[in-house]
Amino acid sequence: MNNENKGTLRLKTGLAEMLKGGVIMDVTNDDQARIAQDAGATAVMALERVPADIRKDGGVARMSDPDMIERIKKAVSIPVMAKCRIGHFAEAQVLEALGVDYIDESEVLTPADEAFHLDKFAFTVPVVCGCRDLGEALRRIGEGAAMIRTKGEAGTGNIVEAVRHMRTVMSGMRRLTQLGQEELMTEAKNLGAPIELVRMVAETGELPVPNFAAGGIATPADASLMMQLGAQAVFVGSGIFKSEDPQKRAHAIVRAVTHYKDPMVVLEVSRGLGTAMDGIETSSLLPEELMQTRGW
Amino acid sequence: MKIGVLALQGDFAAHATALQQAAWGNAIPVEVVEVRRAAELSGLDGLVLPGGESTTLLNLMQDEPWFDRLQEFHGSGGAILGTCAGAILLSREVLNPEQPSLGLIDATIERNGFGRQVDSFETELAVDIPGGRMAAVFIRAPRFRRLSGKVEVLGSWQGEPVLVREGRVIACTFHPELTGDVRLHAFFLSVVQGTDRVSLKRAFDTRGAVASREERWR
Repeated sequence: MNNENKGTLRLKTGLAEMLKGGVIMDVTNDDQARIAQDAGATAVMALERVPADIRKDGGVARMSDPDMIERIKKAVSIPVMAKCRIGHFAEAQVLEALGVDYIDESEVLTPADEAFHLDKFAFTVPVVCGCRDLGEALRRIGEGAAMIRTKGEAGTGNIVEAVRHMRTVMSGMRRLTQLGQEELMTEAKNLGAPIELVRMVAETGELPVPNFAAGGIATPADASLMMQLGAQAVFVGSGIFKSEDPQKRAHAIVRAVTHYKDPMVVLEVSRGLGTAMDGIETSSLLPEELMQTRGW
Repeated sequence: MKIGVLALQGDFAAHATALQQAAWGNAIPVEVVEVRRAAELSGLDGLVLPGGESTTLLNLMQDEPWFDRLQEFHGSGGAILGTCAGAILLSREVLNPEQPSLGLIDATIERNGFGRQVDSFETELAVDIPGGRMAAVFIRAPRFRRLSGKVEVLGSWQGEPVLVREGRVIACTFHPELTGDVRLHAFFLSVVQGTDRVSLKRAFDTRGAVASREERWR
């Protein structure tokens, strides 16, 4: 029998499994992509501007130029991800046609649809989505997301929102495991999440897809913190190429993720990194400046 | 018996679960440990090199003399199972692009041999381990491009080898740790124990007339 199935959920979550314990880095050109790969990145996210610049420049942020993504694909052998706007299924179709390895339906770009996210089951290529709490994570998984990441607050270099989101998801899952069967439907209603997924989490205590951290990671200790809070891998956006010595910092964050339980290693790699990216106090942002509130 | 799973990066947790299930299912007492430092190889009977990104694994291996320690582990009789990125690390020669490897399987392997993620696929294979056919998940999988005569083929897909063995080292280009079918992990445990059965032909092919103790037909 030579039946081959493509685009199954197992293949989609399977690639996310391969990225566990690693660092996915935002890159804006092929040189940065090579630096990221040489520093030990498991994948790169190809985009025209890192979140810190999108935040600064304002205007509408869209899917990146396909030629630029193509150059990055040619430059590295590791998986290449790219972002589409929330609900912009035509951008997602273009990215799939281009042959990217993962799509990030991302709140970092300006949303295209305020009511509906992508039907992610409609794609062969896997899609990752952001979340702030368990209900949002399970809604995205219900739509076919093969990987979940915290939203955090992208482009701020401030870890506080990612911590809030990861803690909220993890404690939400711990809570579900304590509930009786008769309580689960009410909980599903309160979470705004599909009952089948609520039952799965109540049984296993974990998301049915890999659970990564993103949004504000700027130092090796930030990465270790997110891993210890339950993240299975981390995305670093502006944190690397907006810092003084990207190569060294990328290398250090990769090591901090592998050895996150060993403070001696995190200490060692934290030395002599130069200055981190400029940070933004998230509470100083106006509600309309927040990226995490995009999507639902 | 103590089995390590290289936990530098990749789906090491899925392998640890599969090993534990295989151990319970076959009533073999096994302690499974995550290995992040080369010194943690000492005292292990077997080691799994998981799926992940081989460039990342190689990068992290530069921090310590991992290659030397792994060669010593193999030389002192340690058994190794490598899947996907693990199979790349085990092969003698790596293509697309060329990169260093352990050379514990005399084979040439090509990274991303089937293409990108949209070309990843699931299928079913005939395999030469107890129980026969097995579901196989190929994710950005590598392909064996050359095998020496010393290497035994235990599983093929459309005529090309995807599961191979050389002595106490097993390499596969798919992901048995993702399907819930733990027979390959059980088979690996039997190789670690030395209770697996290897054909006479192979024993003669690889070692001449005198088969080594663990490879003798039982």
